Amino acid sequence: MRLWNVCLVILRRIVDALRDLAPIIIVIAFFQLVVLQQPFPNLGRVAVGLVCVVAGLTLFIQGLESGLFPLGEAIAQAFARKGSATALLAFAFCLGFGTTVAEPALIAIAAEAAEVAAEAGAIADDDEVRAAYAFELRMVVAVSVGTAIVLGVLRILKGWPIHRLIIGGYVLVTVMTAFAPAEIIGVAYDSGGVTTSTITVPLVTALGVGLATSIRGRNPMVDGFGLIAFASLTPMIFVLAYGMVN
Amino acid sequence: MEFLRTIVSTALSTALDVAPIVGILVLFQVAVLRRNLPNLRRIAAGFVLVLLGLTLFLIGLEEALFPIGETMARQLTAPETIGEASLADGVDWYDYLLVYVFAAAIGFATTVAEPSLIAVALKAEEISGGAIDAWGLRIAVALGVAAGVALGCFRIVTGTPLPWYIIAAYLVVIAQTFRSSRTIVPLAYDSGGVTTSTVTVPVVAALGLGLAATVPGRSPLIDGFGLIAFASVFPIMSVLGYAMVVSYVSRRRDANHSEEN
Repeated sequence: MRLWNVCLVILRRIVDALRDLAPIIIVIAFFQLVVLQQPFPNLGRVAVGLVCVVAGLTLFIQGLESGLFPLGEAIAQAFARKGSATALLAFAFCLGFGTTVAEPALIAIAAEAAEVAAEAGAIADDDEVRAAYAFELRMVVAVSVGTAIVLGVLRILKGWPIHRLIIGGYVLVTVMTAFAPAEIIGVAYDSGGVTTSTITVPLVTALGVGLATSIRGRNPMVDGFGLIAFASLTPMIFVLAYGMVN
Repeated sequence: MEFLRTIVSTALSTALDVAPIVGILVLFQVAVLRRNLPNLRRIAAGFVLVLLGLTLFLIGLEEALFPIGETMARQLTAPETIGEASLADGVDWYDYLLVYVFAAAIGFATTVAEPSLIAVALKAEEISGGAIDAWGLRIAVALGVAAGVALGCFRIVTGTPLPWYIIAAYLVVIAQTFRSSRTIVPLAYDSGGVTTSTVTVPVVAALGLGLAATVPGRSPLIDGFGLIAFASVFPIMSVLGYAMVVSYVSRRRDANHSEEN
């Protein structure tokens, strides 16, 4: 009986994963066959890939529920019990910085940004200078995400309303855009989106919700969410500032 | 052989991605918290499942979807597809109608499959006690990304300045914030950040670079950036809009109920 239930759960997760992936398969098949009117290259490989995608998503969701969410909540409770705000904020900074600094999407965008800067004449066009620029940019973004998680956790502790901070951030981005060099603006705006990886997001979300649940007077819906929002906003501000001083 | 190489390199890069997280967790656990977390075994098993699942997921995307998606983005933006004749008299934004349709469709589809968005939506459903529907939230976010990426392509084609669009979008978000319920605002802000990760970024970036490289007068280095920014701001609008519609519908229903009684 128990085995049967486990099978049912797994089956449901597979069906969910198929449903999640159906749009992407339909869109690609439609444009390939109807609009571009080309056959699929390596149909066998595509089929193997799709099986991997469905199996991977199924496992990921299962692991999310039994691993990442409980982990985030357990850490939040442990810090709440310990009651040291300094330790919690140090953890928040390390988590933000550590998960961002090695992020592949960020490495790619930093390298591209270095080329843009070299093309625009902002830095010398040689390999060493470009590598240094890309590295600095990565550090700036990683520090900004660390700062974001600290700020977000501080907000949960103090119960500050999120919209004032975010709208203040938007105003700051708008003002800085007027003074920043043109070639950094696109990079800065995009850097906000690439910082949040698939493992960081569930962990950070569970951490925020867990903190808001453990602290008396906080509502998990109002105070628990929002950490990711800070992590998408501060990189823009920091990268614009980096472009202005450079 | 090539498949094997994909497996190894993907597993390696996932492990590298996770190493700092594990390092920080262990460090704080040993040095600061010093108390065993409950259900440690179950959590560790779940963590392994997440790693395994993400690796498989990425391998599958590399094998099945990314190559076709990227080729498709290049082909659809190529001057031959657009039609040399319609480009001969200069670039008009409507020459690229098909590209906008593709951008919206692929933006929507990749967002629905985005694992980090699934995570946030599940959490929101759980915390709100079912008041927020995970599937409805994801559709709202995906519609926002679709609109954002399509408009972002329009911007690349027309070559209009990026800040105008983003700052205008901010103004709309600010106006919506003051008209929305306090409980939905943080979730809406979060949904902007989670849309652009594993599935969406590679395909959308290929689309942006393809467009900027092929539209006459655009430079991939200057104009290729910005699509991610569009895909991050527009979901905030669509989620706040979705919440407004939901609360309007439930208010209507309540009003009808009280009339009947």
